[in-house]
Amino acid sequence: MRGCKQKETEDLAKPARPRAPRTSKPATTQTPVVQSSEAIAAQDEAEFALRSLQQAHANNKQYEASDAELLRFYEQMVLIRRFEEKAGQLYGLGLIGGFCHLYIGQEAVAVGLQSALKEGHDSVITGYRDHGHMLAYGIDPKVIMAELTGRGAGISRGKGGSMHMFSTEHKFYGGHGIVGAQVPLGAGLAFAHKYREDGGVCMAYFGDGAANQGQVYETFNMAALWKLPIVFVVENNGYAMGTAVRRGSAETHFYRRGTAFRIPGMDVNGMDVLEVRQAAEVALEFVRAGNGPVLMELNTYRYRGHSMSDPAKYRSREEVQEMREKHDPIEAAKQELLKRGVTEDRIKDIDKKVRQQVAEAADFAESSPEPALEELYTDVLVEKY
Amino acid sequence: MAIELKMPALSPTMEEGTLAKWLVKPGDEVKSGDILAEIETDKATMEFEAVDEGTIAELVVPEGTEGVKVGAVIARIAGEGEDAAAATPAPAPAPAATTQPAVEEKAEESDGPVGTEAKAKAAASIAPAGAAKPVADPEIPAGTAMVATTVREALRDAMAEEMRADDRVFVMGEEVAEYQGAYKVTQGLLEEFGPKRVIDTPITEYGFAGIGAGAAMGGLKPIVEFMTFNFAMQAIDHIINSAAKTNYMSGGQMRCPIVFRGPNGAASRVGAQHSQNYGPWYASVPGLVVIAPYDAADAKGLLRAAIRSDDPVVFLENELVYGRSFDVPQIDEFVLPIGKARIVRPGRDVTIVSYSIGVGFALEAAETLAAEGIEAEVIDLRTLRPLDKATVLESLARTNRMVVAEEGFPVCSIASEIIAIAMEEGFDSLDAPVLRVCDEDVPLPYAANLEKAALIDAGRIAQAVRNVCYR
Repeated sequence: MRGCKQKETEDLAKPARPRAPRTSKPATTQTPVVQSSEAIAAQDEAEFALRSLQQAHANNKQYEASDAELLRFYEQMVLIRRFEEKAGQLYGLGLIGGFCHLYIGQEAVAVGLQSALKEGHDSVITGYRDHGHMLAYGIDPKVIMAELTGRGAGISRGKGGSMHMFSTEHKFYGGHGIVGAQVPLGAGLAFAHKYREDGGVCMAYFGDGAANQGQVYETFNMAALWKLPIVFVVENNGYAMGTAVRRGSAETHFYRRGTAFRIPGMDVNGMDVLEVRQAAEVALEFVRAGNGPVLMELNTYRYRGHSMSDPAKYRSREEVQEMREKHDPIEAAKQELLKRGVTEDRIKDIDKKVRQQVAEAADFAESSPEPALEELYTDVLVEKY
Repeated sequence: MAIELKMPALSPTMEEGTLAKWLVKPGDEVKSGDILAEIETDKATMEFEAVDEGTIAELVVPEGTEGVKVGAVIARIAGEGEDAAAATPAPAPAPAATTQPAVEEKAEESDGPVGTEAKAKAAASIAPAGAAKPVADPEIPAGTAMVATTVREALRDAMAEEMRADDRVFVMGEEVAEYQGAYKVTQGLLEEFGPKRVIDTPITEYGFAGIGAGAAMGGLKPIVEFMTFNFAMQAIDHIINSAAKTNYMSGGQMRCPIVFRGPNGAASRVGAQHSQNYGPWYASVPGLVVIAPYDAADAKGLLRAAIRSDDPVVFLENELVYGRSFDVPQIDEFVLPIGKARIVRPGRDVTIVSYSIGVGFALEAAETLAAEGIEAEVIDLRTLRPLDKATVLESLARTNRMVVAEEGFPVCSIASEIIAIAMEEGFDSLDAPVLRVCDEDVPLPYAANLEKAALIDAGRIAQAVRNVCYR
């Protein structure tokens, strides 16, 4: 099963081309040169080649999930799918306003990656397409949906909206509306983990569009320089709003974009939850060992438009149908479950349970009162001056 | 003819320095490019190179001398064919080629003694002699011992004290650690707190402002130094969208307790891109606290408050004020309240509202005016957001006349805001329209005369006061 992009993979596991020796320090420095520049270059090359996590991923792509685990992944993905469908519906009814970016199609990414994290210990941060990451981190769908409808019971008391939701309790740090801003913020969260020596890592998601932001590369540089415990995740869904990757990116293999900063990259099929999870294992092992950041590219696809108001005329109906029918992550997980002998009834029970859960969330979000007018003036500043 | 070597100006704002070390001795032959001495400026230790050829005749200022004024003669070189020993103290002026115009200009002004006396004199020139004693901050108990401290040291002390008290506090920015701060504000912090808490960043404001904001969201208390706030424009998205709005957008759940600090406003002869006051920009954003102190005590007390605050704070310093010395109360827990203005000079006839470097000009103007029989009250806003309207309006109710002095552009300024407040809430107190004295509405020019013409000064403030007093 492959993501939407076809790309050559044969060169991934090869060590990088031999490089010219790094220039030694200027003559004025008093640091004695212990090794010859050739020896340093050779060692440098070997070290960098060792960082090719892609090989480890290629050697073993499928996570060996227990049935219980796979059922859990399936349930989480179905929850995100049904939640987003409902959100789309409520948007159509005028109950949700503003911008609303749905995660339908990309479910395996958040579920696969975050299942490998320690919820409430490791930090997660993402951009504005954030509902799925919250649900995958165990945050109550009710308070998410109530935020979407702008109610006082929403997770941000109705003051954030779809793009600005946070749960410090779950260590979910947003929910950021400015494209790319979550990348340095995520590095800051990773910095805090390292500073406190609490063993936590940060997973910072951003899209193929955000991957062209300058601040991303400023962050790569510092994260690598300071060996911050962070996994950078490019969710490549093929389109930066309406701009196809090839129209907006000179280097469309996003996992390679860390090379200039000595950050190892991984190219991962984001439409298969078990592949995603296995890749996360490789990345997290590297990061938790104190080696610094990893850059993962998750090839995925969003079935819906960029936001609710996007008619998605920039791609063909056939392209979307192809992905839905042949690469759907939920259907794939379901087939895997059936293959393992899990009964159709058991799967249906999960579907039913999730539908019920989402219906309750929607009811809660529709029936909860709007925030009190006094809330307009609260939380501007924490302290009184 | 002997050539006089003069204390060079090694930075745009340097007025004096320390002659740390001589690398030559009388009788040494020197040629252009030879390093003669190491000179410590307010920012760094610099090498002083020879421009002329000749033999060192005399070292006028011994090494280790502090407070050597820019333009003071520090050594003499005997020219070609001249007997070094016989080179008499030159009656002729030094060749112009070896001296920059800026040095000459400053040399004229700096004829005072060196060392601590000079510092005292500098301080006195800010609060002119004979001026009514500044009103003591209500938070300072009477009888508290005062220590003369530069603004630069006060800022450093504030950071050091808070870092000692709270492990979560760390400093990051360009050249803050090994270089000891581009303006030496973080001097000594690396030595005391180590590289884990005093962190040199690459020159990537956008990135490190975001990393700082993220670290604050993650529970730390970062102090992010911008080499100057001009460069913070590259990072303004994180200051506004990430730091200022998070608490509100999260319904009070996620805080961002961070201090963004650094010099702000015009420095000296650094041109338009390095000379802007961003006070009005940041003060317009709900969710931020904006502080712009003038003197050392306020710099210290308010920076400590800023670091302790759970809100994001933009702390605007001024490079020209870094080296000025003021009394700072010797109190362990010297923390000043955010959001409170201070009457730095009481007066009954007119109120001059200002902040940051403008306060110095306002005090100077008040002194001039006092000689003319106009008693001006000078208010230092200290915090630009939240603005202490009450202190301004109470003063206006007493004096009925007001001038706002601001080193910054006039349009959409803090002055505009103060005038709006006076109109909305103090209209009945006004006996004359409020006037503002700001910089000219142009990008700051480089040429010395144009720069001078563009910036506010005491004379303009005094004239505006005469106008509102109909004098």
